[in-house]
Amino acid sequence: MIPLSGDSGDTKGIVEEKIGSFNTRRGTSILKRGFAHMLKNGVVMDVTTVEQAQIAEDAGAVAVMVLDKLPVDVRKAGGVARTASVRIIQEIMDSITIPVMAKCRIGHVYEALVLQAANVDMIDESEVLTPADETHHIWKWGFTTPFVNGARNLGEALRRIEEGAAMIRTKGEPGTGNVAEAVIHIKNVNSELRRIKSIYEAGDDQDLISVARELKVSYSIVGEAASLGRLPVVNFAAGGISTPADAAYLMTLGCDGIFVGSGIFKSEDAKERAQAIVLATTFWEDPDKVKEAQKMIDERQSMLGLDTKNLELRMQERGSTA
Amino acid sequence: MTGLNIGILAVQGDVAENVMATKMSLEELGIDGIVNEVKTPEQIADLDGLIIPGGESTVIGTLSLVNGSLKKIKEKIANGMPVFGICAGLILLSKKAKDRVVGEMDQPLLDFLDVKIERNAFGRQRDSFESEISMEKIGIPKFHGVFIRAPSIMEAGKDVEILSKFNEKTIAVKQGNIIGTSFHPELTADISLHKYFVNLIRKKN
Repeated sequence: MIPLSGDSGDTKGIVEEKIGSFNTRRGTSILKRGFAHMLKNGVVMDVTTVEQAQIAEDAGAVAVMVLDKLPVDVRKAGGVARTASVRIIQEIMDSITIPVMAKCRIGHVYEALVLQAANVDMIDESEVLTPADETHHIWKWGFTTPFVNGARNLGEALRRIEEGAAMIRTKGEPGTGNVAEAVIHIKNVNSELRRIKSIYEAGDDQDLISVARELKVSYSIVGEAASLGRLPVVNFAAGGISTPADAAYLMTLGCDGIFVGSGIFKSEDAKERAQAIVLATTFWEDPDKVKEAQKMIDERQSMLGLDTKNLELRMQERGSTA
Repeated sequence: MTGLNIGILAVQGDVAENVMATKMSLEELGIDGIVNEVKTPEQIADLDGLIIPGGESTVIGTLSLVNGSLKKIKEKIANGMPVFGICAGLILLSKKAKDRVVGEMDQPLLDFLDVKIERNAFGRQRDSFESEISMEKIGIPKFHGVFIRAPSIMEAGKDVEILSKFNEKTIAVKQGNIIGTSFHPELTADISLHKYFVNLIRKKN
């Protein structure tokens, strides 16, 4: 089971307030990570408009992620990709009942503060947007609103968690309609976790310390992940998911849920596809149900997709060395 | 039958935490039984008690409708099976739900608990909070309440017993063998409410 208590000496994001006759605390790890727990086994869908957000909610999305452009269009447009319009985020928050997330640029503390002030439910510090600071991610313990971050390997994931991320999404290559990179990275994370778990079980502290140095994280967080044999926060798969079978496949690799970016609203059958991907994520253990989901879509209407080998822009690499 | 068969509805949400809390409750109470994740009508048919966990009520409701689980759960509750709804689960058990911002909702509900729910009653995630609450009526004077985008109970029918309040808002209720809470007991180390529910199942069987 995933623990809920995160460790940090920094309590800036925690707000203590007396409401009526009750003392309350907000922005604690249990609330931030607990929020991510409520999303488990669900699908978070990228949306750019109120109409898309409504389709997502009706299809059974567990939350929506608001962007100015879908990743594939960010890729086409070039230039600088920034956080979405606050006005659109607010319109979406006023029209659906499920959680609303929004992306900010890596390291852009003030875009994140704006999103917190706008009252989004979770902030995604995302490589899909143009990074504002390649060397420092946002110090997320200072926020009351929880964060999700992308990661390609165990080191990246644990560094983000140490900065206060309440949730991880294993990165693929966004806006490609190609699930290959997501698969590689989840397998990477899993095999690194198996490795540290075996070190932990052998009781070799010295080796765990050298792993911590190699991954540039603290010994305590390596120890925590090693004893659990998994990331100490909820972990979703993301990047390039286009079909129900893509989603179900990633669930078999041990992900807690799915982010779908361009795959839905860049297809010609968005409504059916959104429903089908939700069904496949829920009933991933049952190939018959996933077949039914797969039948709801038409492969000729899937987004065309890109070969991830020859991309000019590799979004996944942004901020990954920090 | 030898032991109790308790299910955690595993369509979406924080299932594992409830499995753990329920298993610990059985152990501490010294009651023989099993706890399983359930998803299909066949699995639900054999249950003595069910927990509907936190998650998104629209998602859990819609997907349980698709595979016939919702109908089976209805049947079981009508026959007296104890059920415990947490947050999204509370919403699903209710007769009526509206959202604080969006207003009246048309979402699948089980239509048992005679209450009207306000979804997201305390605000969005930034307003999610922890606070010490009390459920004196069922012998739990102190409990750590974890409220995540929590609903509240706006109106309750005459058969509904109010177990706890946060200021003017009702946050825990009981109606026969149905319990519902706005907060998440499975996210704390305190299993007293899960123990209370397990005892309810034992008394019924």
